[in-house]
Amino acid sequence: METASVKPVLAIAVSLFGTLLIVAFRKKPNIRELCTFIIAFVKFGIIASMLPAVLAGSRLRCDLVDLLPGVGLAFRVDSLGLLFALVSSSLWIATSLYSVGYMRSLKEHSQTRYYAFFALALSSAVGVAFAGNILTLYLFYEMLSLSTYPLVTHHQDSEARFAGRKYLTYLMGTSIGFFLPAVILTYYFSGTLNFTEQGILTGAASDTMLTVVFILYILGIGKAAIMPIHAWLPSAMVAPTPVSSLLHAVAVVKVGVFSVLRICLHVFGPYMMHDLSLNVFLLYFVSATILLGSLFALKQDNLKARLAYSTISQLSYIVLGGGLAGIIGITGGILHIVMHAFGKITLFFCAGAIMVNTGLKNISEMRGIGRKMPVTMAAFFFGSLSIIGIPPLGGFWSKWYLALGCIQVDQIPILVVLLTSSLLNAAYFLPISYNAFFADQDRYSEVREAPLLTVIPPVFTALVSFLLFIYPGVFLDLAKMTAQALLGG
Amino acid sequence: MKEHAPVLIVVFPIMFAFITPLLGWIRKSLCYPWVILALSLSTICSLITLEEVMTGGVIHYYLGSWLPPWGIEYVVDHLNAMMLVIVSGAALLVAIYSRRSIEAELPGKMVYFYTIFLLQTTGFLGIVVTGDMFNLYVFLEIASLAGYTLIAIGEDGAPLASFRYIIMGTVGACFYLLGVGYLYMVTGSLNMADLATIIPLISDSKVVLTAFAFFMAGIAIKMALFPLHVWLPDAYTRAPSTSSALIAPLMTKISVYVMIRIFFTVFNPSFTVDVLPATDILLWLGTIAIFGGAIMALAQTDFKRMLCYIVVAEVGYMVGGIGVANSIAMQGAVLHLLNDAVMTLGLFIVAGIVTYQMKGHLLSDFNALFRKMPLTMVTFVVVALSVIGVPPTCGFFSKWYLLQGGIMAGAWGFVVALLLSSLINIILFFRIFELGYVFQSDGSHHDHGHGGFIHEAPASMLLPSVVVALGILAIGIYNQVIINNIITYVIPKF
Repeated sequence: METASVKPVLAIAVSLFGTLLIVAFRKKPNIRELCTFIIAFVKFGIIASMLPAVLAGSRLRCDLVDLLPGVGLAFRVDSLGLLFALVSSSLWIATSLYSVGYMRSLKEHSQTRYYAFFALALSSAVGVAFAGNILTLYLFYEMLSLSTYPLVTHHQDSEARFAGRKYLTYLMGTSIGFFLPAVILTYYFSGTLNFTEQGILTGAASDTMLTVVFILYILGIGKAAIMPIHAWLPSAMVAPTPVSSLLHAVAVVKVGVFSVLRICLHVFGPYMMHDLSLNVFLLYFVSATILLGSLFALKQDNLKARLAYSTISQLSYIVLGGGLAGIIGITGGILHIVMHAFGKITLFFCAGAIMVNTGLKNISEMRGIGRKMPVTMAAFFFGSLSIIGIPPLGGFWSKWYLALGCIQVDQIPILVVLLTSSLLNAAYFLPISYNAFFADQDRYSEVREAPLLTVIPPVFTALVSFLLFIYPGVFLDLAKMTAQALLGG
Repeated sequence: MKEHAPVLIVVFPIMFAFITPLLGWIRKSLCYPWVILALSLSTICSLITLEEVMTGGVIHYYLGSWLPPWGIEYVVDHLNAMMLVIVSGAALLVAIYSRRSIEAELPGKMVYFYTIFLLQTTGFLGIVVTGDMFNLYVFLEIASLAGYTLIAIGEDGAPLASFRYIIMGTVGACFYLLGVGYLYMVTGSLNMADLATIIPLISDSKVVLTAFAFFMAGIAIKMALFPLHVWLPDAYTRAPSTSSALIAPLMTKISVYVMIRIFFTVFNPSFTVDVLPATDILLWLGTIAIFGGAIMALAQTDFKRMLCYIVVAEVGYMVGGIGVANSIAMQGAVLHLLNDAVMTLGLFIVAGIVTYQMKGHLLSDFNALFRKMPLTMVTFVVVALSVIGVPPTCGFFSKWYLLQGGIMAGAWGFVVALLLSSLINIILFFRIFELGYVFQSDGSHHDHGHGGFIHEAPASMLLPSVVVALGILAIGIYNQVIINNIITYVIPKF
């Protein structure tokens, strides 16, 4: 059941308007930051207000001008899109608070540009979430790449320049070289680009061509950081930490896996994935990323780099959910969007807090720091438990569903991959917390807890990770709804 | 009065051009508003004509009420109605932008510059509006001669660049004239519609084939189709900023228009596509042009020169699109006529602004410009994104149709060329964005907020730039409206 509503467009437009406000108030930092907060709250409010309707089973649509014959700038709020939008917008509020603490402590330059492009990036992310067809999704996908470029290169040194080039080369190279041809081929074969529960490519072309298109999509959606299109993510860690946390734990990378899920679920559809064995291909393809990502993470001494490789690995869990193509598996993959987001952002927030407070970036230097920054490191510990998937943190649920999903479709090797990866996660996360609290170090005599505004957000997100274990309610419902709409019952 | 709109489009600039020297003798500062008046009237007439064509169908206007095929006839269908609006609108925007630029680059020559500027515009408009082959040649020569003059008064090396252009351009125009001559020899007519009915009757005549070949070669020179493009980089780079801003967006697109007219209106589509493999040749030449232009652009350190090679590549898009010879690709090619004119206009106006501010147009002159001229650079970013092909700018949509048409026809070389060209454009423009953005090597965090005072472009130069940027977005978002109401009528029946 679909109802027309202007809310999806409003949700996107609010932060576009916010960008203008932020630029207008560039001379008054406090009002400027206040604008960011107000806009973030309004955005979250609009998105949350769509929740009752979607939970009741209806979808909101808004069709704007036709851009191609039969394909317009169209928005559709369904359970999957709403889930992602809720995660992004709520975490924007937390990140904005964190940004204020971080940027002001470091007396960063060009803060107006930073906040302005941040707002633009969030517009793009929500635009992807609510896109009703592949063209609209592509439009906001590109807008996201472009609006995050100034954020990645914020420090404007030679490292930033190089990281920026890598960022664009990977993301825009794949989107124009692979994603765009895939979209055109989809349009050519099926005459439409709308997302539907039955998929739009049934019988539209030969099996080989459809497989080629699928591979083009997988390679073309570089933001999902599926190997080998992953190297941009560790390089992007040169950005200020709030950028790394929201964008590269939540917005940008989740846009990537969200897009992949959309393609798997609403363009191809689970049935076609089975028929063409695309699900098996995808499962094994991303298993490599899951394992290799964790293995690379073990090797990293720089904390943000370790978190980056961990992210690469965890993102493929979400794609794995799409590849399992069974009700439980899909639910698990979608739920992992939420759990990973809250868990990972906690970890990044803590990494940034440590950096702001002590200037330290490498794990080997962080022995014993937990005794001086107990709150921060406690948040870090709980965040890492969520990522590993241990109760009582929310990450347990998504991994549980994924594991059950493997059993449901008889993919036991993949179950082994999941369990191995969880062990590896423990191997590269737990030592950090252990050494922080229990190792001997005497160099932190002057260190106190990190600035308040950089500590409150991670505590908040760690708390949410805990609450999500006890009550995964809303998000679990949205994830289940998506899966059931595809596979029935 | 309304029924005279087609001819008034051409009459206004030429009459005003004759009066300009007189006005300049009285007071120099009157020339600028005078030119703007002339081009505004022309633009208004173009819009009236477009509206008439959209509601009433093709317009036939007989000069002096002499009937064809002896009298000269102006024929306005959807294609040239659209072109008329593009040409007059672009000329108007360049005129608005021009004053400061001419004051700075050509002090004391304003009066004569504007005179020739108006004559150039007359030439362009005349080529587009006419329905007579020889009349087209007359206007082609007016436009070319005015062009040679406008280019020759530029920087160091401009006279030589213009001279090379004269030689090649005159050869091109002569080939065109020879083509007209051959056709006249065997048909006795100079009127396009008339020729369209006669030629099928004699289509196996060698004379007709020769005429076609001469047309193709002559127009290829005029549109700078690779490898006959060699006159373009020097000429447009060395010319004064206003001249390049006027000529670059228009000359090559008008030549593509002439090619479409000759290939599909005068000669009919089945002749062009089936009897001769003209479209196959065009497809290959277009593909090579895209590769050639893109690769050469990468090698440039001068911004204007880089733009010139981008123009060469864009001509490849249109020619290749025509070469694919199916209706979707043709749609893309015609839409690209509009899009490329607007994009090139934007690029060369930005080049002119940079030249005005920084007294040079090398890539290194873009250093730190995001901080110094934020508004100009924002419009530049929009135009650049359109050249790269990012939605919702107009460049994305014409590229989409060209790609779709190419895929449908199996023209994989063309498809790969288009995608590669987008990727190379990313490199070309982000190189400049990096320069404008200021990267330091010491990694310091201090606030470089006001190093170098902020000095935005003057309003008369900024306004056309902003109009172009908004236009790019509007044309992109409403491209279906333009296609359904104008371009669908233009596509020949393949």
